[in-house]
Amino acid sequence: MRHIDKTVVGLTIAFLALLFADFFMAEWMRFIGLQSLARGTVALGLLVLWRTGLVSFGHALYFGFGAYAAAMLTLLGYHDAFFLVFAGTLIAGLLAFLLGFLLRRYRAIFFALLNMAFSMILYGVIVKTEALGSTDGFSVLAPTFLGYAPEGEAVQTTLFLFTLVFTYLITLGVHLYLKTTLGGMSMAVRENEIRVEYLGYSAEKVIHFKYVLSGLVAGFGGAIMALAIGQVDPDSMANWTVSGEFVFITILSGIGNVAATFVGALVFELIRTYAFEYAPQFWQFILGGSLLAIIMFLPDGIWSVLSRLRKAEKAPSP
Amino acid sequence: MLTLIAILVDGLIYSSYLFMVAVGLTVIFGVMKILNVTHGSFYAFGAYMSATLVGIYYQTDLPEFGGFLAIFGAALVVGLFFGVVLERGLLRFLYHRDEHTIVLATFAMFLVLEDVLLMIWGTDPYYATEPMGLLGFIDYEALSYDLYRLSFIALAIVVGLGLWLGLTRTKWGKILLAVIFDREISQAMGINVTVVFLVTFVIGSILGALGGAYIAPTISVSPGIGVEVIVLAFAVVVIGGMGSIPGAMIGSLLVGISRAAAVHKFPEIELFVIYAIMAAVLAFRPEGLFAPAQARKI
Repeated sequence: MRHIDKTVVGLTIAFLALLFADFFMAEWMRFIGLQSLARGTVALGLLVLWRTGLVSFGHALYFGFGAYAAAMLTLLGYHDAFFLVFAGTLIAGLLAFLLGFLLRRYRAIFFALLNMAFSMILYGVIVKTEALGSTDGFSVLAPTFLGYAPEGEAVQTTLFLFTLVFTYLITLGVHLYLKTTLGGMSMAVRENEIRVEYLGYSAEKVIHFKYVLSGLVAGFGGAIMALAIGQVDPDSMANWTVSGEFVFITILSGIGNVAATFVGALVFELIRTYAFEYAPQFWQFILGGSLLAIIMFLPDGIWSVLSRLRKAEKAPSP
Repeated sequence: MLTLIAILVDGLIYSSYLFMVAVGLTVIFGVMKILNVTHGSFYAFGAYMSATLVGIYYQTDLPEFGGFLAIFGAALVVGLFFGVVLERGLLRFLYHRDEHTIVLATFAMFLVLEDVLLMIWGTDPYYATEPMGLLGFIDYEALSYDLYRLSFIALAIVVGLGLWLGLTRTKWGKILLAVIFDREISQAMGINVTVVFLVTFVIGSILGALGGAYIAPTISVSPGIGVEVIVLAFAVVVIGGMGSIPGAMIGSLLVGISRAAAVHKFPEIELFVIYAIMAAVLAFRPEGLFAPAQARKI
């Protein structure tokens, strides 16, 4: 009998529902949605790495790289969203491929910090480059979509559709990838790398592949973010605190399921938006406080609430 | 020639500052294996507290040089308070969790404390320059240095020597080394690891706060100083080898002098020369220059 993958079904339903909702959503909801999708995709890459036992405190590098690559291409006169996002994704992936040769040799805290070092180099370069607006960044014009140039609210509606379709495809791809042998190697590498090597797999190659994957999706998230906000600047795109936020989302969502990262990203975005709106002096306090609460009381992320409920249901009543 | 001297002196001053900030981080990491992001908050609170206390002190008629007492007092108060509260109130519940989670918990605490700082002191910058004026200036040809900045070097040497002597020449140091070597065995031998951890964390916190408190008279104490310093301290500690005090010294010298050279010769690369060194060192010696190699687990 054919096995039905619940995650694929769930993702597809969510995708179709959001696709439909796009036409009715208020502008602020769409904006939050876009940001959650962008950040969620980055967290997706971190999830893949995390399953391998690696945490990166520097994925703002690829996020920022993708964002700035897309934004710089608009300065050169390219405005097609397909081209911009594709280029941002690819160029971040290329960077991840190159740095991967070095980074795949490192584990644990060294991996995390070496990533941070590279991301801070990018940050330093951007801050010192006057042509890129230094700390102020520069604004990005509204994109066109294969010749279709929407105006006003239609820009965001189209961008949301565009992002939704690609995010759906990426998420599905990552989910299916995690089920393949190479994807399944993640856990094995995390548990015992040397045994993996004795089985004839190269742990470094497994890690390298995952690293490139995480770089690609982070570049995608960055490019989308640049188009969604219409502005790039180093402090919200490439600083180490941004990397911290991505790890935050991963902790929030847990690494159990690809869909969880988007729930986590949405929750993060909501906390941030509302904290900023209603208590601008305390938004970091609220953000940090919720992160602490999650770490203390929900160590496996919000997704674990679901599985806990399911377990409680299944348990025989006395 | 004059540029060379300027680079060296500026470099030494900056290195001493870096050492002051990084050494607390490395002490905590060495003993507890915790990468403490909250260190940035200790630094910031130390700076604010010092600026406030120095301001209050100079409104009284007490002897001028007592201003230094205000600085050290600020570091002690901040370090003791946050050290005890954080270790007892938060970290001890997380010791059994993996290292990334602990880093993230300290990151969360850092975010919280950033806003607490704003709540207490607001967004206006603070200045407490009186202690700087006390020590006067020294001139050498075209160069002029204020002695307060030069005293960083002395303070760094005192702190470094003190820590080194404490670690290698006292019973407490021996106990600490035993705990670093093997936490469980030393516990079995009757060492109260809980107390060792608490004391270490408090010492680390006081050192972090002292870095901020002592630099406060030379800067405008304003929001955001913690964010900057934390990555700097990370870079230094990683370069030297996490948990190594001589490593922190070499790391800060390397970073401090290169940055001073960059400032004088190529100001446009000033910001990322530090991270470039960090990446380069990590690429060739991932465990840092001074950390002992560890056996692979099979």
